[in-house]
Amino acid sequence: MDFSPHTDDDRAQMLGAMGLSSVDELFAGIPPELRVRQWDLPRPMSELEVTKRLGRLAERNAHGLTCFLGAGFYDHFIPAAVDALIRRSELYTVYTPYQPEISQGTLQAIYEYQSAICRLTGLYASNASLYDGGTALFEAAMLAVRRTGRKRLVICRAVNPIYRVMLASYTANLHLELVEEDLAGGGCAADLLDDKTAALIMQNPDFFGRVHNYADAFAKAHEMGALAILCCNPLALGVLRTPAEMDADIAVGEGQPLGLPLSFGGPYLGFMAVSEALLRLMPGRVVGRTLDGQGREGYCLTLQTREQHIRREKATSNICTNQALCAVAALIYLSLLGKEGLRELAQLNMAQAAYARQRLTAIPGVRLMDPGPWFNEFRLELPLDARVAVSRLIDKGIAAGFPLGRYYPEQANALLVAVTEKRSKEEIGNLAEALEAVL
Amino acid sequence: MKTIYDKSRPSRRGVTFPAPLLPDACFQEACLSPELLRASPAQLPEMAEIDVVRHFTNLSRQNFGVDVGPYPLGSCTMKYNPKFTEEIARLPGFAGLHPLLPQLRRGGLLAQGALEVLHEMEQLLCAITGMAAYTMQPLAGAHGELTGLMLMAAYHRHRGNQKSLVLVPDSAHGTNPASAAIAGYTVRTVPSKDGVMDLEAYRAMLGPEVAGVMMTNPNTLGLFEPDIKQISEAAHAVDALMYYDGANLNAILGIAKPADLGFDIVHLNLHKTFATPHGGGGPGSGPVGVVAKLDEYLPISRVARREDGTLFLDYDRPHSIGYVAPFYGNFGVVLKAYAYILALGGPGLKRVAMDAVLAANYLRARLAPQWRVAVDRMCMHEVVLSAADQAAQHGVTAMDVAKALIDFGFHPPTVYFPLVVKEAIMIEPTETESKENLDAIVEAMAFIAKKAQDDPDWLHAAPRSTPVGRLDEVRAARQPDLAQR
Repeated sequence: MDFSPHTDDDRAQMLGAMGLSSVDELFAGIPPELRVRQWDLPRPMSELEVTKRLGRLAERNAHGLTCFLGAGFYDHFIPAAVDALIRRSELYTVYTPYQPEISQGTLQAIYEYQSAICRLTGLYASNASLYDGGTALFEAAMLAVRRTGRKRLVICRAVNPIYRVMLASYTANLHLELVEEDLAGGGCAADLLDDKTAALIMQNPDFFGRVHNYADAFAKAHEMGALAILCCNPLALGVLRTPAEMDADIAVGEGQPLGLPLSFGGPYLGFMAVSEALLRLMPGRVVGRTLDGQGREGYCLTLQTREQHIRREKATSNICTNQALCAVAALIYLSLLGKEGLRELAQLNMAQAAYARQRLTAIPGVRLMDPGPWFNEFRLELPLDARVAVSRLIDKGIAAGFPLGRYYPEQANALLVAVTEKRSKEEIGNLAEALEAVL
Repeated sequence: MKTIYDKSRPSRRGVTFPAPLLPDACFQEACLSPELLRASPAQLPEMAEIDVVRHFTNLSRQNFGVDVGPYPLGSCTMKYNPKFTEEIARLPGFAGLHPLLPQLRRGGLLAQGALEVLHEMEQLLCAITGMAAYTMQPLAGAHGELTGLMLMAAYHRHRGNQKSLVLVPDSAHGTNPASAAIAGYTVRTVPSKDGVMDLEAYRAMLGPEVAGVMMTNPNTLGLFEPDIKQISEAAHAVDALMYYDGANLNAILGIAKPADLGFDIVHLNLHKTFATPHGGGGPGSGPVGVVAKLDEYLPISRVARREDGTLFLDYDRPHSIGYVAPFYGNFGVVLKAYAYILALGGPGLKRVAMDAVLAANYLRARLAPQWRVAVDRMCMHEVVLSAADQAAQHGVTAMDVAKALIDFGFHPPTVYFPLVVKEAIMIEPTETESKENLDAIVEAMAFIAKKAQDDPDWLHAAPRSTPVGRLDEVRAARQPDLAQR
């Protein structure tokens, strides 16, 4: 099965128009010794065959587990209208909107998305999206390095460990110093700041699901001349103090909770919002509203002198392709929920998690590790290695949570449990009974 | 069109949720003190579902996509996106799969189907490009470039090489120098000669401090670099690595393999060559392939097979550069490309290159009478024209040509790129445009060439058929309105 419309007759006519007799003549510019010698690829398959094969592979994945696994990536309900709309091919078969006159749909949607991110975070400007939460955090850190001219980054150990590993990978060749602030009591105290620090990086809710107000830590960072970066869950912003209200300079995060399927790790959505002072240092595409020659409002890509296609090696980032369709999906999701819906959903997540906490901590030997407050996730200490407990529960059809020992060796018995609006009383009850049975 | 915020009406709702299990349990002050709460709700639009559906449906009607008409946007390979791959990516066994499952004990067994996709895709891309191993982690082309340069840096660090420079031709995509800079390298630009890399200038710039050379082949003028073998041999002689920007792989599928041309690191754009939709700017996917000597530096995790035949994720790779993405890349995009490659098979992929190159050369031959071809010889998958004559004689620019094409029902080509061509018009028809559509483009371009002579103002006023005319981009940049407050 291929998708070429050309018939042999078409090909002959096109060749004839050039005075050629064979398509091979078109490749005369490639020296013969550089031509393919081996082309060991499978035979073509029909749509039916490919669909069947992929269907079989899909069924070899345990997607029917009751999911209490979160750790930054959540099993939320997605209203049907989100997918129905992003499946309109006028939205998904288009390139980056370089020609605004025939791209107003994408451009206006991205402008509205940027507006939604600004309204969620309270900050001045949002870009059109980055790849994911982790790369967004790296971009934020680099923005701080550029802005301050400093080379030291202080990051709290309660920031998603996957993002911390990513940051370490990206900065390996950049002569930056990455300092991890240890967990003291409820969180990080911002003790390691100094006048060489480019940024203080915190997360809210933190990786253990705890809710914080970092206003004091960020004030300390500003006193030292460092920027304050907050990594946040956009759904939690339905109720929680905004990055702007904590005086963060940059907010980033993973947009997956806003209507994107888990999809084994992507495509997801990195969002970024910055204060007004940082606007022209922001990475990524930005859409602006302007006027045409007749005074009609319209939208176009703007502030492009920051970008790689103009500035090349002096650009604020190398990003070109982003996650535009995911940003539009997030905007559609937020529009369906609306002002009250987002707050209600955030509260619902907290309530379901609170109920699960009640049920699970009633099990003898299970201890709550933090005094709270939490959003929709919390950590429990079990009387055995959490990896063992989780693996036993999988046999009962439950993904009980994330064993923290993988990233925090001193927490081998700790289990991080996420409870979204999708989890019913019955499912939570089943988890409690099953957990009690395997301890 | 009014924004979604203009359309908002208090207390309208598009979705409702079940009642909480613990009503009012955890958002009263007892649980979250006011200092932890936002002062007022985020001002999101309040809409009924029908309002939301109509808003985005009407927005979509202001877009021009591949499904609407020809989209010969050079360098972007806007080929048809098959519909069945959309269905596959949405199968619950893939779309509902939590990425952390394989990190649980015996968890890899819960995702054997997904790991099989990643593993087979790696092997297919190796067969297509001749590389020894691939990572699916990079989330887009430029992200693949950065990953590739991090691999380059790890290789040199490991060997104790002191290298600080990356060479990039002047015709390169802007992402190449930007990625090299972000990876910590200093960029030097190699000039072109007759549309391809100037071999003498290149040799003069090559020295022990050069870490790597980034090339696109065929290059952004749509020309195959004839000296590629000498270029890569010279690089290897100073232990520099050759980097292949896969943006133009479509032209050489089944014809030539980057590994045989001497490349050590390759990134591919699945959203170009392998027909996954570009989504209005993304998501893409930028897998990176390497030759055997770089395998040990690839990002973790790696999909590997146990003796019993099951697949697992290997994190035990001491020389790995670490994580470039949280998990296994834009898996949903990889799935679509995998399904596309399976459908086409070996013969279909080769047909892609042949038809894409045929279509571009047909356009070149038919357009040459009216338009100056930047380098007038056989091209590969795209042809670059120059409107420099029209600009000089009639004041008609590449931008005017682009806007006029909109009124004929085409998406414009890429304009003003590559930078080495004045008033560049870069046309990439791809293999999925029929001869009738190619002929229609030729007719439109002939009409525009004539109008440039007879009535330039007619072109300056284009486009006329769109919801807005040419926008004031200076105003957009000087008085930024980036969000509705």
